[in-house]
Amino acid sequence: MRKVVGLIVLLVLVAFLVSGMLLFIHPFGYPPSDMDDYIIENAQEETGSNNVVTSVVFDYRGFDTLGEATILFTAVMGVLLLLRTEKRRKESS
Amino acid sequence: MLSKIVRTVANQLILFILIFGLYVIAHGHLTPGGGFQGGAVIVSGVVMLLVAFSSQELKKSLRERALSIMESTGALIFIGLAFAGIGIVFFYNFLVGTPIFGGVPATGPGPGDIWTGGFIPLMNLAVGLKVVAGLSAVVLALALFSSGEELEE
Repeated sequence: MRKVVGLIVLLVLVAFLVSGMLLFIHPFGYPPSDMDDYIIENAQEETGSNNVVTSVVFDYRGFDTLGEATILFTAVMGVLLLLRTEKRRKESS
Repeated sequence: MLSKIVRTVANQLILFILIFGLYVIAHGHLTPGGGFQGGAVIVSGVVMLLVAFSSQELKKSLRERALSIMESTGALIFIGLAFAGIGIVFFYNFLVGTPIFGGVPATGPGPGDIWTGGFIPLMNLAVGLKVVAGLSAVVLALALFSSGEELEE
């Protein structure tokens, strides 16, 4: 009984989410803003970079890249902190 | 430690992997790629050495102190370049038009000149340094931990 109810709930939920996705999906090829046209036309003369993707990553959206670098720094710090506890414990005891 | 054939081939291949990674980092403002991608390529070479040789062997040449200094240097260069143009806006590309990396390419597809891009090549180098040092330290620490050793100071 519980399995049948769970299956029905799952099917309703999946139908709800898929119908929402199909109804509100953005049409392919029609960008929702003019930002990409601006970047494609002006990136090369504004940033001097031939690779427009890199100019977006490091110049237009540089703040996001700073967050990405912070995440990497935190991950490295966490791994090195966690994997070095053994030595400290041996020294203290 | 794997067989002598694997070790010899890894010794020869690491040069090409390092050169390809440095190429991807240095040409980040011209061709697809950049600091993160080129750094990952170089770290894949480090992982190959880690598989071919043992982690104890690699521990002798990769010190944790040097790796953390490298990573902090990369992060400092990155945020310093971001703050250098704070007079106008955070992350302002202040080097465009100056003699250092100041060239501006013609709009549209082209072969690309290395002396362009403002501070983007310097940022790519900083991020590449950071990714190489950080991921090497993580991979080496995990390998040493699984073999019961410790990362050397």
